[in-house]
Amino acid sequence: MRFVFKTDYDQDIRLLKHSGYWWSYGALLAVLIAFPYLVGSYLQSQIVFVFIYAIVGVALIILTGFTGQASLGHAAFLAIGAYTAGFLQSQGISFIVYFPAAAIITGAVGAMVGFPALRLSGIYLVIATIAFAFIVEEILARWESVTHGNEGMRVRTIDFLGQPIPRDGDAFYFLCLLVLAGSILLALNLLRSPTGRAFIAIRDSETAAKSMGIDLAGYKVKSFAISAALTGMAGVLFAHKMSFISPEMFTLLLSIEFIMVIIIGGAFGVHGAVLGAIFIVMVDPFLTALKDDVPVLGASLATTLGMAPDAAGKLRDTMSAIGSAAGLKGAIYGLIIMMFILFEPYGLYGRWLKVKLFFQLFPLYKKATFKRQKTYVKSERNR
Amino acid sequence: MLDFIQQLVSGIALGCVYGLIALGFVLIYKATEVVNFAQGDLMMLGGFFVFTFIGLVGLDYWLGFLFAVCAMAVFGMATERVLIRPILGYPQFSIVMATIGLGYFLRSVAGMIWGTDDLKIETPFSTGVLKLGDLVIAHDKLSVIVATVILCAVLYAFFNYTRMGTAMRATSENMLAAYYMGIPVKRVVSLIWAISAAVAATAGVLLAPITFIHSNVGLALGLKAFPAAVLGGFGSIPGAVIGGLIIGVIETLAGFYLPQGWKDVAPYVVLLIVLLVRPHGLFGPSMRKKV
Repeated sequence: MRFVFKTDYDQDIRLLKHSGYWWSYGALLAVLIAFPYLVGSYLQSQIVFVFIYAIVGVALIILTGFTGQASLGHAAFLAIGAYTAGFLQSQGISFIVYFPAAAIITGAVGAMVGFPALRLSGIYLVIATIAFAFIVEEILARWESVTHGNEGMRVRTIDFLGQPIPRDGDAFYFLCLLVLAGSILLALNLLRSPTGRAFIAIRDSETAAKSMGIDLAGYKVKSFAISAALTGMAGVLFAHKMSFISPEMFTLLLSIEFIMVIIIGGAFGVHGAVLGAIFIVMVDPFLTALKDDVPVLGASLATTLGMAPDAAGKLRDTMSAIGSAAGLKGAIYGLIIMMFILFEPYGLYGRWLKVKLFFQLFPLYKKATFKRQKTYVKSERNR
Repeated sequence: MLDFIQQLVSGIALGCVYGLIALGFVLIYKATEVVNFAQGDLMMLGGFFVFTFIGLVGLDYWLGFLFAVCAMAVFGMATERVLIRPILGYPQFSIVMATIGLGYFLRSVAGMIWGTDDLKIETPFSTGVLKLGDLVIAHDKLSVIVATVILCAVLYAFFNYTRMGTAMRATSENMLAAYYMGIPVKRVVSLIWAISAAVAATAGVLLAPITFIHSNVGLALGLKAFPAAVLGGFGSIPGAVIGGLIIGVIETLAGFYLPQGWKDVAPYVVLLIVLLVRPHGLFGPSMRKKV
């Protein structure tokens, strides 16, 4: 275990706390830069989706994890970013203009959503964001002169100062990586600043934060705006990656998927967004692979265990029938959410910290370190 | 004018549907401060149960109804035991997510077991209409309205005038204090889930002739019933029904008088406006903690 000898107050808020950080994050960055040259185009495209989901995850962690404001409306912010990009691009505006413009417009809309949120908390806030998302979805479907309604909208390849960035190319991969790295840095820096500290104070106790002189209204609106702006940037990348956008892509189910990202990853640290995004994006190809391989494997296992060949064949058919049943994905998603909330409430990042601590303290690790203190339900109605 | 009244009546019928589902939301919230997003899916499951008992097993309608309600009550208790009790007392949002996960799970499992086609059962309310002058109300809708009124009255009385109801209100106020006062908190929570699932099953059975039975009906109706519960103020039983009526009437009238597209959005617009003015809904308590 490493002891960092502190000689300076700034050491507490330094981004890279000791030399180990340089090595590990440097290695990670090197791997990510080398990635497009190592893997096939399918995997590369999946990783681009991981980046986009991770950006939204970071945005949600700022809002939900830091400020404690729940939102089930982030698909709407993503949609606003995507449609802004699509519309401005079709008006012949350059990428370097509409990329920040999308972020600013989405941020402004986010601030507008933030205002009603000032008076709402808990479940009322969740339903308000759901209502907002429905309204945005309907506007997108009806405002045909801008969004082309339910027909959807083609989004052309990015034209970066005359240089095309095709959506399957390496350049697009690096663009997404850059935006993700930028938003992670933003979130980390936010946490070190007074603004981020105020966010956390609001999350822990609004009453206490208010007593300390924190302007609740201002910080909540700020949190919504920052989160929405980041999601809007992700929306631009999403639009270009899909190359086609339509209102039914941005439903409540997508918002739930984004929330799953931070629940699975762990909402208390930025690492969680990335880990959760990897999990959510990779669960699909994993399930497909499972569907193809498990029945064959199971059948051959049964044969080696002495099962008659035709019985094994029947077993394989049953297993693949279950695997290809409609809606299996939904059941597995539901199970994953429930399992994580029940058994791994700190998410994948929490598990990583536990494993790390286990080896750091090797023979002395005790389970109780991460045991959540049991709280008792108290009415939130009169808070 | 007759058009308007006819629309109003069908809006009220639709509103009672939402109110009936919203009752389930409110019950659980009232006793345990848990918001159950899977309420619509419990309703859907109730519909499938009654289809199994009546359509497949061949029981009498009322017997099948009773069996379905009892089966759902047991299912509700089991859900509480497995999923909710271990996380009771943790942040509200994670419980919300757990129930959303439960909803996903129930939807796809129901789709796998009973298939994805619309199922239908024969009920005593399937045919026939009630005529009041020029007004026409179908019996299936009338049955929903009557059931909503009865259930609302019974549950209101239960919460306000019985020992168990008082215990439930105490539990939601402060679980630890309730426990110290000798209230069997675990049993209270189990019971409220059973009641809520039974109410959901009732809704599912009564809706079976109107919406048919398929695995996505719960999600669609639940997403409308939820604003209804919020609009009424989440902790109030009459509020749930009134909220449901408001949402139902607005939706129907908007579908009739406003251009296309307003029908689905109008309830949410009204909800946002109401929440802006009254952050705890129309009938919710608006107390503030003093420091």
